[in-house]
Amino acid sequence: MQITGAHALVKSLEMEGVEVVFGMPGGAILPVYDPMLDTSIRHILVRHEQGAGHAAEGYAHATGRPGVAIVTSGPAATNIVTALADAYMDSIPLVVITGQVARPFIGTDAFQESDTTGITMGVTKHNWLVTDPNEIPEVVAAAFYIATTGRPGPVLIDLPKDVSNAMMEWHWPESVDELDLPGYHPATTVDQDIIEQAVDLICDSERPVMYVGGGVIKSNASDELLELAEMTGIPVVTTLMARSAFPSAHPLSLGMPGMHGNYTAVTAMQRSDLLIDLGARFDDRVTGRVDAFAPEAKVIHVDIDPAELGKIRRPDVAICGDCKPVIEELIHGLKKRGISGGIDDGNSKVESRRDISSWLSTIYEWQERYPLIYHQSKEGELLKPQMVIETLRELTPDDTILVTGVGQHQMWASMFWKFKMPRTFVTSGGLGTMGFAVPAAIGAKVGHPERMVWAIDGDGCFQMTAQELVTAAAEGIPVKIAILNNAYLGMVRQWQELFYDERYSEVYLSPDLPDYVKWAEAMGCVGMRVDSPNDVAPVIEKANSIDDRPVVIDFRTDAFEKVYPMVPAGASNDDIILFPGQEDYALGVQEAGSSDNVAGSKDEAGAGGAGMTEAGGKDEAGAGGAGTTEAGEGKVESR
Amino acid sequence: MKAATGMEHLHIISVLVENKSGVLARVAGLFSRRGFNIYSLAVAPTDDKRFSRITAVVDLDSAPLEQIIMQLDKLINVVSIDELAPSDAIETELLLATVKSDNDIRGQIIQLVGVFEGKIVDVGIASLTVMLAGHPSKLDDFEELIRPYGIVDIQRTGRVALSRL
Repeated sequence: MQITGAHALVKSLEMEGVEVVFGMPGGAILPVYDPMLDTSIRHILVRHEQGAGHAAEGYAHATGRPGVAIVTSGPAATNIVTALADAYMDSIPLVVITGQVARPFIGTDAFQESDTTGITMGVTKHNWLVTDPNEIPEVVAAAFYIATTGRPGPVLIDLPKDVSNAMMEWHWPESVDELDLPGYHPATTVDQDIIEQAVDLICDSERPVMYVGGGVIKSNASDELLELAEMTGIPVVTTLMARSAFPSAHPLSLGMPGMHGNYTAVTAMQRSDLLIDLGARFDDRVTGRVDAFAPEAKVIHVDIDPAELGKIRRPDVAICGDCKPVIEELIHGLKKRGISGGIDDGNSKVESRRDISSWLSTIYEWQERYPLIYHQSKEGELLKPQMVIETLRELTPDDTILVTGVGQHQMWASMFWKFKMPRTFVTSGGLGTMGFAVPAAIGAKVGHPERMVWAIDGDGCFQMTAQELVTAAAEGIPVKIAILNNAYLGMVRQWQELFYDERYSEVYLSPDLPDYVKWAEAMGCVGMRVDSPNDVAPVIEKANSIDDRPVVIDFRTDAFEKVYPMVPAGASNDDIILFPGQEDYALGVQEAGSSDNVAGSKDEAGAGGAGMTEAGGKDEAGAGGAGTTEAGEGKVESR
Repeated sequence: MKAATGMEHLHIISVLVENKSGVLARVAGLFSRRGFNIYSLAVAPTDDKRFSRITAVVDLDSAPLEQIIMQLDKLINVVSIDELAPSDAIETELLLATVKSDNDIRGQIIQLVGVFEGKIVDVGIASLTVMLAGHPSKLDDFEELIRPYGIVDIQRTGRVALSRL
């Protein structure tokens, strides 16, 4: 059957089981948009190509299936580069198809020509410039295979217009063996000896911590992780990319480590004698100063990408493999040593294993003394962002997908949200892409139309990609956006306050310009504003009841609120700055001699501000970095 | 065993790549964005038309060899990587040099070329061009000896290498 290259592309996408593409047409991709009229694949017309990329990422994050975007050449291709870079950093499977000028025009500085494969080489797992229409099926099959196997990542297919228009004989590769990929062998088998070595280290450790990263989410290994944690009693920290991999309310959940990790997660890693790294990559936001990170810990590092093993921290046992089968092997190996019981059934004290109960007691003590706290706002004061997030969580179903942008709101969301199921947290980690939330929420909702999708966004982030709410309204994708509007580029403001002597440079945005309610309404959404703590819950409930169009809520939050704890950039994790007043809180716990006045203290998100309503938030501005370190001294210095 | 040219931080890797357009750019781009330094680079087709071989001398002061190899191996077009320890490799490089050679010293230069088993490939009125192939350290020695005569132009290829049998 002779068909055009463009038709072959669309057929190939159908063969790959694609149900939705996010895109925008233009000159060089025009031939592909003609057969798009006749396919069952849903096309979602975005308002900016960056939105197509992030929406495809949100879809992939939430479903585990590859996200697909189609855009034209030149400026469209460059507009989607940010999403490719984001997906590359966070290992999100993405297939992006770009139009290209016709082959005879390539290299002539033709209209809307850009060197797309050259530009995207460093931000894709692989890319192709297709020069022969007969290669299209193999290239598409290879693209999906590469994007979804091994360490997942984005790939790009650049398709010249004349290749789309040319005729080809339709065919489809029966299996990946037919693809010409002599240099790609993602399959790995794990050596039993190495598993045994890892089990030895686990049995020999007294202060073990599981350091869980995005690899556990990608590998759908949450159940196995839970089993491993419960049978060994080893506490779990989850990085930003893995926040939904382990239930937040689980007694073994310590929360998020790193620059804005909570005290217990950070300190448990620092004091640990064994880090069991499952699909995490020792990111600088987790380790702080690398040579001072977890100095006494041995390391078991499990990663599907061999280049991550030893890149930052030399592991004592390196296991190259997919988290799910590796965790299964570890469980099997531990069972063979007689370790099989739950946390407290005594079976964990089998002779072959050291006792970790005093370690757990220490950890529970830290959790009681240093929960995440914040001050409730007083009458007439702006909202506390943490309170908005906690209220939102209380009023939304367990399977709600939470999406965020990047900055303070993201850190608070990660800290204060109670995660209950995997793949319910969609965020931009490695690249830190402001403006990620709105389009990513759209993609997540398209992937899970039956689930509630809430984005928590900052006012700065929202302004970067808000136009995609027009897409959401037009396509009937009822996402809900909670803007924590503090009228600032808040995280930058926080750094200027703490490290630049409160010299605020170009961070003020205004709470009223734009008017977010009117803007939301202009884009076909419901817009609402909340100023008073009493209105937070009712307005959220109203938003939850709207299911026929997107909702935007402008929450007026306190600009003086800062994200604590914090480890200053380049500092050791030992120099963690606690929430102002946290030492007094800890003292209070000690004097009370029990945890009676600390609600849910063993819970990672802890007391959530219970009983801490006295101090006015704005007074903190004067504190300017005299944050309390573990030693009780202000140690914050300019970077 | 002393490394070639006496620089222990240099290491040879032989990279078999698919013979497709843009592959060199992918390899070079990877080195540049990861901050790995290439000391020299030679690329040529192999007896199998599908593949080319890149022989790169890499600077291990810039990154550990293991990271360089692991990151290179992630490139889809990279088929295999051989790490050639200097003691286990046959290394060769080609040198072309145009040297000033007035009548009175021409004989000395020709003699020197003879000692090094090089070739005179072009002769002008006041200069001549010599060609020399061999181990990079031999080329270094030769270069040092002809320098006092006045080098007009010199070009080296960068080394190629195969593992010893």
